[in-house]
Amino acid sequence: MGQKAKVIVIHEKDNVATALLPLAAGSSLVVDVGGSAERVRILADIPIGHKVALRPIGAGENVVKYGEPIGQAAAGIAAGEHVHVHNVMSHGTKAGGG
Amino acid sequence: MTFQGYARQKGNAGTRNYALVIPSVGCAQGVAERITRNLKGAVYLSNILGCGQIGADREQTKRTLVGFGTNPNVFSVLVVGLGCEFLSASEIAEAIVPSGKRVEFIQIQSAGGTGKAVAQGRKIVSAMLAEAREMAREPIPLSELILGTECGGSDYTSGLASNPALGKASDLLIADGGTVILSETPELIGAEHLVAKRARTEEIGSMVLSAVAWWEKEAIAAGQNIRAANPSPGNIAGGLTTLEEKSLGCIYKAGTTTVEEAISYAHSPTKKGLIFMDTPAHDIEQLTGMVAGGAQIVVFTTGRGTPVGSPIAPVIKITGNGELYRTMKDAIDLDVSKVLTGRETLDTAGRRLFEEIVAVASGKLTKAERLGQRDFCIFQLGLHI
Repeated sequence: MGQKAKVIVIHEKDNVATALLPLAAGSSLVVDVGGSAERVRILADIPIGHKVALRPIGAGENVVKYGEPIGQAAAGIAAGEHVHVHNVMSHGTKAGGG
Repeated sequence: MTFQGYARQKGNAGTRNYALVIPSVGCAQGVAERITRNLKGAVYLSNILGCGQIGADREQTKRTLVGFGTNPNVFSVLVVGLGCEFLSASEIAEAIVPSGKRVEFIQIQSAGGTGKAVAQGRKIVSAMLAEAREMAREPIPLSELILGTECGGSDYTSGLASNPALGKASDLLIADGGTVILSETPELIGAEHLVAKRARTEEIGSMVLSAVAWWEKEAIAAGQNIRAANPSPGNIAGGLTTLEEKSLGCIYKAGTTTVEEAISYAHSPTKKGLIFMDTPAHDIEQLTGMVAGGAQIVVFTTGRGTPVGSPIAPVIKITGNGELYRTMKDAIDLDVSKVLTGRETLDTAGRRLFEEIVAVASGKLTKAERLGQRDFCIFQLGLHI
């Protein structure tokens, strides 16, 4: 692991990774998910600390980080897409809980 | 697996072996401090409460002080009272007796003044320390260990490196039969349903939910709607999308196992595995509650740094912020910032922390202990009359 990692995946069930470096649209990424290497093509510029989808996430499906649902996809999200407030709903928000 | 600890007559073994001086009331704190001054192995609690307390508030103060007395890290106890307080020295001492430890009490008013009380106390504590020195550490199964988890002064590295590393270590300890306490209830808001879902029974889950609801209601009554205000605009700019995500970044430090029990402040777990304790997020009140509940060791994750320590429990400080580790090296024990450059995996960092927990439980001193940090603060429930 000599090269600086671009992203971190917290839990093996996660379908998003968090950027440790700015990720440029068009670049690609090899991520270690639970021991297996997955290749992801980055579709949008993603700032440090923001999330990128590792797999396609269907509308209404859970966005998973820490092995737990952190919200639901408001629309279909492609692998490599920026995952944030524009395409994720909090379960609390959905339930009308504010 | 085992650690080197001090076996006790009853209950879990200790990671330390203190003679503890408990002022049952704030007015006795000065005398308690003078009793322990320059006596190696003796510590006192900087308790300011015990006077004018009634009802549940009085019971919580009593339970916390008694919990420190019965904590396995304590070899024997001297309780110091004034003589006219609501919470008397004899009442505290009697409640510690069932632990099987040597417990004594003195009262300043009946000792004939502060000087005489200090002299009387020092004589008793010196004798306790002579007995304590006779004890040796022996191998103790990790199933006797209760680990308190805590985060404070968080930054973006907390949710990505130090809390996940502690989560791995928590899972390892529980796999070895040990116990881990998750607390700071207000930090659960937004992810409480995920914690409740992990509870062993529906009843435990609903205790978690009602604890969160209580804090939320109290905060709203005081003018703060935590759920509506989070994630903050700054959080969102930094990449946090939902409140679930923010809260999980904190909760994940206690690992991924089933919640076996939910208890209120400063109560002792009766189960092993993952325990939820309802405490404030106030760092020292939370720490005090977990140690009063029997935690013999604590891991504290931080991004911005803190010197906090406990009078009787070692507190291991861990950070994912490499710059902080360099600038606050005197207060921070472990640096897991390499997780954020890909030079260490979370699994390896968690394993390294787990090994540090075992080493500290076996006697290795933490930075907070070297600094002499003995922070103590009881969570108060009511007015003092």
